[in-house]
Formats: sequence, C-alpha cells, structure tokens
Amino acid sequence: MSSFFIITGVVTLLGAAFAMSLRNLVHCALAMAIAFSGVAALYLQLAAQFVGFAEILVYVGAIAILIVFAILLTRSGEAPEQSVLTSGWLAGIAVSALVFTVLGWAVLNSSAIPRQTSPAPVVTVKNIGDALMTKFVLPLEIIGLVLTIALIGAVLIALKEGSQSKADDEGLKMKKPSSSPSIPGSQFSTGGRP
Amino acid sequence: MTPLQTCLLVSALLFAIGFAGAVTRRHAILVLIGIELMLNAANLNFIAFWRFGPHPEALTGIMFVLFSMALAGAEAAVGLALVIAIYRHKKTSNLDEVKDLKG
Repeated sequence: MSSFFIITGVVTLLGAAFAMSLRNLVHCALAMAIAFSGVAALYLQLAAQFVGFAEILVYVGAIAILIVFAILLTRSGEAPEQSVLTSGWLAGIAVSALVFTVLGWAVLNSSAIPRQTSPAPVVTVKNIGDALMTKFVLPLEIIGLVLTIALIGAVLIALKEGSQSKADDEGLKMKKPSSSPSIPGSQFSTGGRP
Repeated sequence: MTPLQTCLLVSALLFAIGFAGAVTRRHAILVLIGIELMLNAANLNFIAFWRFGPHPEALTGIMFVLFSMALAGAEAAVGLALVIAIYRHKKTSNLDEVKDLKG
C-alpha cells in the first residue's frame, strides 16, 4: 500500500483523536470535519470515487454544519470549567482498548482475508445509477421514506413547544398589553407615596 | 501486511477512538460525533471488503455505504433535535445531569 494511503490514514486518525479529546466543542467539530475529509480521501484511494464525494457532501458539508448549529443553539461554544469526562471514563477507555485489541488481533490472524490483491475495479456513475434503478430500487424507495420520516420527526422534536403551550404564549402576549398600563400606574403610585 | 489488513486496522482504530469518545465524554453532541465516527469506520470496512473482495463488479459495498450514509444523516438530524429538545427542558446538555430515568 502506498505511503500516501498511510499518511491519509494517520491524518484521519489524528483528526478523530482530536475530535474526541479537545475541550472546546467548536474545535471538536472542526477536527471531526478533518477526520471525515480523511475518510473521503481513503475512499478515493480505494477506487470508490462516488462514495468519496458523497462523503464530503454529506458529512463535511451537511453533518458538520448541523453539529455546529447544535453547538450554537445549546450555547456550549466555550470550554466548560469542570471536567469534560464522565465519572467512569477509565472503564470506557479500557473497554475501547479491549475492542481495538480484539479487532486488531482478528484482522492480523484471520485466514478469511484474501492474500492476493485484485486490480482496482472501474465503477462509473452510470453503473451506480443503473444498479440503483434496477437491482436496488426497493432499498432506494425505503431510504426515501426513512429520510422523510426522519425530517418530519426532527422538526417535530425540535419545535418550540406543543401547540397547547403555544396557545398559552399567545394568550400571555395578548394579556400583556392590557396589563402593562397598570404596572407603570402602580409604580407611579408607590413612587409617589413617599 | 496486505492492503486490506491496513484498511481494516485503520478502521478498527477509528472505531475504537469513536467508541472511547462516545463512552467517556460528557457532552451529548460529542457522543453523537463519536457515533458518527463509528459509523464511518463501518463504512470504511464495507468499501475495503468491496475493493479487495472477489466480486467488485456487483457494487454491493458501494450500495451498502450509500444507504448507510443516508441513515447516518437521518440519525444525526434526529439526534441533534433530541439534544436541542433536552437542552430546552433541562437547560443543560451534560449527560451526567440528565438522569431522570435512573433507578
């Protein structure tokens, strides 16, 4: 494997490690975008150009922006004073190290991995479109349905409040102008008494 | 070490980093970032096995990754909407403070 692949992999892993270890959330989002760009570069070197550009569009373009907006809306842009790790972080690190050890051991010692490498397959966008419209048309439709449902669900969850409390808000807003003249009046009377 | 093994090791390390972040970080958005990293590691595995497998002309790996990317997008949208809704109720996005269901 070429040294460029190694460099891309190292950049990806460094971006992921920074995304998971920096204190400031905005820096984490930027490091995450770097990691996703590295993954896209890995896809390009694995002869999956369409997937690589889709990765850049979906992850670096959409999901990173979505996460930055969520950071903005939850007002967590600055680094917190207290610890950023959960109470049981040591156990979490140990479990993830165990997971990596088992996966690495399995990868290095498996007999199911083919030893010889085949030449890079040539896949055009036309091939992918043909496959999507013929063999994989049912999954494509289901994905469309899932995305529609997720869009509606996300909007419903993130809506301000239910319609009931919204009506209450409207009522408060309607009441406020009628009650506001009495407030300066009472202030006047209390202010004028001494 | 064959190229396939290099790919699989990179993806295993990416998965482990994402898992460690999702388990150890306190902020809900960072947990979501960790989950996205784990999903990317799985996608990298699909592409690697498709590229070095016996039948790359069947396009199965590419199709799987495209569909899983769409699902990841849906998951990120719903997850961030949940984080925003929890922040509106609790005025915090620290996962250690959201424990109403703890027995």
